[in-house]
Amino acid sequence: MGYFDDDDRVNGKAIVTGKAKFIAEHEVANVTHGVIVGSTIAKGSITAMDTKTAERAPGVLAVITHLNSPTVPGYDAGGNPVKGPTGGKGFQVFNGPAIYFNGQPIALVVADTFERATYAASLVKSQYQKNEHTTNFDEAGKSVVALEDARYKDNIRGEVDGYKNAPVKIEAEYVVPIEVHNPMELHATIALWEGDDKVIVYEKTQGVKSSQRSIMNAFKLKEENVRVYAPFVGGGFGSALRTWPHAIAALIGAKKTGKPVKLVLSRDQMFTMVGYRPFTKQKIGIGATADGKLLGITHEADSITSMYEVFNERSVDVSRFLYACPNVTTRYHVYPFNVSTPTWMRGPGEATGTFALESALDELSYALNLDPIELRLRNYAETDPQNGKPYSSKFLKEAYQLGADKIGWKNRDSKPLSMKEGEWMVGYGMGTGVFGAGRGTAKALARIFADGTLLVQSAVSDSGPGTATAMTKIASGIMGIPGNKVTFELGDSSLPPGPTQGGSTTTSTLGSAVYDVSMALKNKLVELAKENSIFHTTEIHSAKAEDFVLENGNIMLASNRNKKISYTDLLKQNNLNQLEVTEESKGNEEMKKYVAYSYAVHFVKVLVHPATGVVKINRVVTATDGGKIISPKTAESQMIGGVVGGIGMALMEEGVIDNRYGRWVNNNFADYHVPVHADVPHIEALFVNKPDLILNPTGAKGIGEVALIGFAAAVANAIYHATGKRIRELPITPDKLI
Amino acid sequence: MAQQKSCSENESLHYARRKFFKQSTLLTALALTPPSLIKAAGDNLDEKASALFEKQSLEIEVNGKKHQLSVEPRVTLLDLLREQLHLTGSKKGCDYGQCGACTVHINGKRVLSCMSLAIMQDGKKITTIEGLAKGDELHPMQQAFIKHDGFQCGYCTPGQIMSAVACINEGHANNEDDIRQNMSGNICRCGAYPNIVDAIMEVKQKGGTI
Repeated sequence: MGYFDDDDRVNGKAIVTGKAKFIAEHEVANVTHGVIVGSTIAKGSITAMDTKTAERAPGVLAVITHLNSPTVPGYDAGGNPVKGPTGGKGFQVFNGPAIYFNGQPIALVVADTFERATYAASLVKSQYQKNEHTTNFDEAGKSVVALEDARYKDNIRGEVDGYKNAPVKIEAEYVVPIEVHNPMELHATIALWEGDDKVIVYEKTQGVKSSQRSIMNAFKLKEENVRVYAPFVGGGFGSALRTWPHAIAALIGAKKTGKPVKLVLSRDQMFTMVGYRPFTKQKIGIGATADGKLLGITHEADSITSMYEVFNERSVDVSRFLYACPNVTTRYHVYPFNVSTPTWMRGPGEATGTFALESALDELSYALNLDPIELRLRNYAETDPQNGKPYSSKFLKEAYQLGADKIGWKNRDSKPLSMKEGEWMVGYGMGTGVFGAGRGTAKALARIFADGTLLVQSAVSDSGPGTATAMTKIASGIMGIPGNKVTFELGDSSLPPGPTQGGSTTTSTLGSAVYDVSMALKNKLVELAKENSIFHTTEIHSAKAEDFVLENGNIMLASNRNKKISYTDLLKQNNLNQLEVTEESKGNEEMKKYVAYSYAVHFVKVLVHPATGVVKINRVVTATDGGKIISPKTAESQMIGGVVGGIGMALMEEGVIDNRYGRWVNNNFADYHVPVHADVPHIEALFVNKPDLILNPTGAKGIGEVALIGFAAAVANAIYHATGKRIRELPITPDKLI
Repeated sequence: MAQQKSCSENESLHYARRKFFKQSTLLTALALTPPSLIKAAGDNLDEKASALFEKQSLEIEVNGKKHQLSVEPRVTLLDLLREQLHLTGSKKGCDYGQCGACTVHINGKRVLSCMSLAIMQDGKKITTIEGLAKGDELHPMQQAFIKHDGFQCGYCTPGQIMSAVACINEGHANNEDDIRQNMSGNICRCGAYPNIVDAIMEVKQKGGTI
């Protein structure tokens, strides 16, 4: 299968000219503006609310609280109609006086302008009965007891805590703080009711179908009566994987006022209302023989969640499958605090888990006096250590080689404190990222028109990775239609159901659907062509689809390319304006015999200033086994982006809560530091680029998550090499190095 | 406590101002004011009445087009562009001047439009991302951003591009480090930074006026 050479993003022009419409930018007639008021205590209940002054303020249409909110039918049934894939009752907005966290939505002000709504929101007053809250995560396992219903239980392979008997062993504790997704686009919802039982919602979501489902469940609406749009999504990184309370609030506001409501969160609300990577404290014990064969790993994690939902992630699981090791024990506990519910953030639990595991491996390599890559190769898993299944593809060794060669791994002096550039200490480090490569179910439609253009549709979001570009490439490659004549339409729940963009599965899942639908459309064209006089021979009816080549808008016989007809002529001769197919695509039976993972190997060179402790990321090489790379340019960008996220995780990102009030301290970009231009060097992203054709017909495995996973450990390991200091608590800020 | 105190101070100022309108201005102005205001006053909606007084006239030129407007003094240039002029290319990423997504040019200089009150731009020329291309012909910086894939989700991109054009015009794009330093007010959470630097370098090296 060939892909067209033009690698530019298909939506690039719309973006660079400012014409791309992000969620809050859609023009809706008579739209009003909603502003959410948050609680000022972290635990207790509202005893009284004074909304009169706010209601009298200019332009105000409604002030909605738990005292006057219209009923959300889905709340009455109990349960959590808008849950993410987590457990627990869920937070029901404006459905009671209870306060679970500081900043919890307690009122929605709707007014005719944003300024008036914002001002009126400042006039809403509430009184509380205050109870003692807990946001001090050090209390996990002390005054705060672990939840019973966490999804991930203790898991034991071989001997319990088998590492303890090993001749060489390392034991250490690691801390990953709260990190916040902070996509640049503020979360926003525009809700427009068309009658009592029909609603149009512009929603910042990574899954228009999953948002549609949540809204259907919350308001007990029929699928055809809920239409969710998200044609452009300004980043998500996990924060837009579920429907949050503010979106339901916007729907309530629109219902109450009878007018469309636009609700845009403020940046500070982005820290408390749309999830975050949970604080996680980990312990690793790892043991090996003197020649570097792993004997045991014990990996434990204590993580946090809210008082009303259980959030779990696979932080400790990486220790079960990344390396061949006979004795592995993992333990995972979740503790409830007076905070909002966390959610998956890029790389999710695997990013947290590999920080500990890949740091421990590095520490072990020094204890064994072995090269870190050699240690990993000596414990290379040839089959999945959890179940013995073969890999549908695994090119991790190739990725080690590719990255090591590029950065000149062998040329470094591996002793700590051994390398310098001017006054700066120099360190090299590496870390491995791994993430399961999955494939779900998706539908796509392909329609070819008599003018030779192709339309492909599926209800998926594109929050930045370049999904529309990759899908265009797949369709154009199969159909032999130049990319500029192909349109991929997405971001509308009324299109054939596509996947939620998360867990690195979009290209595998949707790419397969686009592949299948394109092949089906090709077959239809071939059937028409066979009847055409140009091809008419006695043998033509036994010809198969693969005997035809589709190229540059023409269909031709592979054996005789002079015999060809353009799609335009073919459709016209059959009196067709268009030809369309819809296909559903899902994982195959064969794949059940295998397992699949994507891998990234991150190599980092850091400079550390001895007097100030400033760390500069000087060079990054990331080598990835993500299967076939469909769209090299956007894939490279995605890898670079993951690395930049990893720089933030390693060096600067940390959510800080003032435990006295349970309130955020650094809920803005001045105080919550993310990488900026000056923090990021040139980044080299390399791909093994070998297809996994067992997983799916495109051969792509997915790269969005592994781009970040393992990176923080690579930085910590490089800092150890530079300074001799092993920092196990993120972020590695200068104070930890002086 | 301190925070609460300042809150109540603000409130009392607010109430004082409202009271003033209610007691004096409204009464004396009734004879001179349009019917809508008299109706508002008649309905005892003093807050709504006073709001009508608060709009200020404003004349600005945006992307070569003159606008005669009437805006509340608290409206930021960014919200004016996005909500009233429907020029949504300038983005709201933080509203606190911390992310650069709202960057526009005012009289040729890059400015954070979320930190600029609209009424302070009277008589000024504003250029937003929508005004950068000449018809269908993209600005060289826009072309370079596409070529080097200087974005992923695209939300920060208009701000990055407006900042990048200014960065060159200011003489602050002499090498990669110079660019990194002078573009650091524009956050890109997708992490397109290296590609943005490549795009700016290319435009700079091609020279010419941009």
